[in-house]
Amino acid sequence: MNTSQNRASPLAVTPVERNTSTVLFHHARHYTGVAMITLFAIIILTLFLSPLGYMAVTSVKSTEQITSGTLLLPMSPIQYEYKGEPYDLFNVPTDDGLKQWALVNAQRTSSEFVDPQNPDVGLIPWQGRWRTLTPVMTLEPQWSNFPLAFERLNFPRMFFNTLMIAVLGVIGTLISCILVAYGFARFPIPGKGILFVILISTIILPRQVTLVPTYAFFASLGWTGTWLPLIVPHFFANAYNVFLLRQYFLTLPKELDEAAMIDGAGPMRILLTVIIPQAYPVIVAVGLFHFVFAWNDYFEPLIYLLNAPQLQPISLGIQQFNDIYTKEPAMLQATSIMALIPPLVLFLLSQRVFMRGIVVTGVDK
Amino acid sequence: MQQPSPTYDLRRQRIIWGWVFLSPWIIGFLIFYLIPMIASLAFTFTDFDLTRPNDINWVGLRNWQSLLADPNVGASLRNTFLYGAIALPLTVGIPILLASLLNQPELLGKRWLRTLFYMPFMIPTVASAFIWAGYLNVETGWLNRLLALVGISGPNWLYDPQIIYFGLFMASLWGVGNSMLITLAGMQTVPTELYEAARVDGASKWALFRRITLPMISPVILYNLVLTTIGLFRFFDVPFMLKGSTGNPAGTTLFFNIYLYRVAFPQQNMGYGSALAWLLFIIALAATLVIFLTARRWVYYSGGEVG
Repeated sequence: MNTSQNRASPLAVTPVERNTSTVLFHHARHYTGVAMITLFAIIILTLFLSPLGYMAVTSVKSTEQITSGTLLLPMSPIQYEYKGEPYDLFNVPTDDGLKQWALVNAQRTSSEFVDPQNPDVGLIPWQGRWRTLTPVMTLEPQWSNFPLAFERLNFPRMFFNTLMIAVLGVIGTLISCILVAYGFARFPIPGKGILFVILISTIILPRQVTLVPTYAFFASLGWTGTWLPLIVPHFFANAYNVFLLRQYFLTLPKELDEAAMIDGAGPMRILLTVIIPQAYPVIVAVGLFHFVFAWNDYFEPLIYLLNAPQLQPISLGIQQFNDIYTKEPAMLQATSIMALIPPLVLFLLSQRVFMRGIVVTGVDK
Repeated sequence: MQQPSPTYDLRRQRIIWGWVFLSPWIIGFLIFYLIPMIASLAFTFTDFDLTRPNDINWVGLRNWQSLLADPNVGASLRNTFLYGAIALPLTVGIPILLASLLNQPELLGKRWLRTLFYMPFMIPTVASAFIWAGYLNVETGWLNRLLALVGISGPNWLYDPQIIYFGLFMASLWGVGNSMLITLAGMQTVPTELYEAARVDGASKWALFRRITLPMISPVILYNLVLTTIGLFRFFDVPFMLKGSTGNPAGTTLFFNIYLYRVAFPQQNMGYGSALAWLLFIIALAATLVIFLTARRWVYYSGGEVG
């Protein structure tokens, strides 16, 4: 339980004089503590992320490999063709050591094998239970799952739809939320406190309570079955993002604004040349948040685009894939990978700036 | 009359600019919040049906009466609260535990761990729901195979009505990253001197956590608790993606929001749907109020200021 400021020296635990042996003792104790806690965190993280491992290996398996194969890797039994018929290879212990033989005639207590190295010898009888033998396996990832899923889903079309909805929404969110947050952070608007409380209270308003009239409104405009209901509302600011941006803007020194004002810059110029360049971590965070939100959004595409398959984003399209292909876990995992790669790559690329943007503004005080 | 001074002029100008900057939100608030809220309240007294939008009749309190008589309302509310009883403490508690772990001074690679624990928050719900559905599969999933390694025969997480809420909770688990990050940021603002003073007095690690960390991050806990409660009443995506609006198994996944969707959209019964939405709003509001009222007892604000 400590803050990052207090990681100076591990030895400065108590201000007591020490001789060499207690110093060594404290050293050892300290490093044991470091190792234990780090190991513990890594174990928890591994469990937390293990479904990703499941996804990765399952996505390159065939249905047989999933149901009967090994837990981890996509392994398949090796087969050997003898007299036109394929037979599974087993590791067979013999007097000359372990042999990889193909099982031709399986009986309970004695079986007949053929040696692929030496097939002309013919069938070799072997005493013992063949079920105790381990089959010879080889790694056989089914890379073809990806192109298959890609094709069945019409992935390029869905990818394009999702990207357009997300990018247009990000543009709308950034423009509107930056303007509104700037207004809240820097201008002496009468009743600003009350307005801000109203803004924040919309965060806790259940979306269902506005859902029906909003839907009816968009339906009366003829916007159902188009992207407009998924994009246009984001040009009218959103409480959570305004809150994040405003908190960050408030931490920026006012002196720079004032200096620019004295130089004759108007409010718009100050926003563009003073505020935005300083606030890029939170702007990246908000942009990414909206991108992920849009990539993720399921309910609105469901109600507005259910009957417009050509316009559906990935979230909705894959859902229908689930209905059809529940029996094919590999396909489902392959499509999941394709759906999560874009937001995840974007996050990993921007994570330094992004995490700073959230951490600075995230604390609600 | 006195001539307005230049500073007065400047102030007035800045006020006007301020309104200009707020205008996107004010317009949006009117169009997408205030008017729809009033309209949906009005709809609850009508038989508004989108299949015949020009034929709206006032029906008085009929929708509200059917609300009381409808067995699905009680069942879906019970499901929502039962799920909440499991998910709420875990969704609030797990981020605190993870954040305390990541805040340990001895921990190596904090930045990496923080990013990796946060990362699943970025995974689209549809992908995480399918990944977890596979992971929890009773025959081919990893969780039950892992449990089998330690001699436990795992349940059928997503099909057993006794167990499904735990399965659904796990399938929603990756959403904790954001709360964890906010909690961690809260922990890092706790002044070090507090811990040092307590340590000199011989306080144990648990006492430090219980007596310093928890009170100091209680505003963050309140924030997470409120958002999680609101999220509970919105719970839709994961159960709908995995089970549709069927309620399977045994009606357990017919959550309130899923029932509302079924009434308002596939059935297009907008009047009754609005009544359901308003009922949800009233319950959510009451829950939020209860949280805020009890918060006075357990949320600590340094310097005594509130909010």
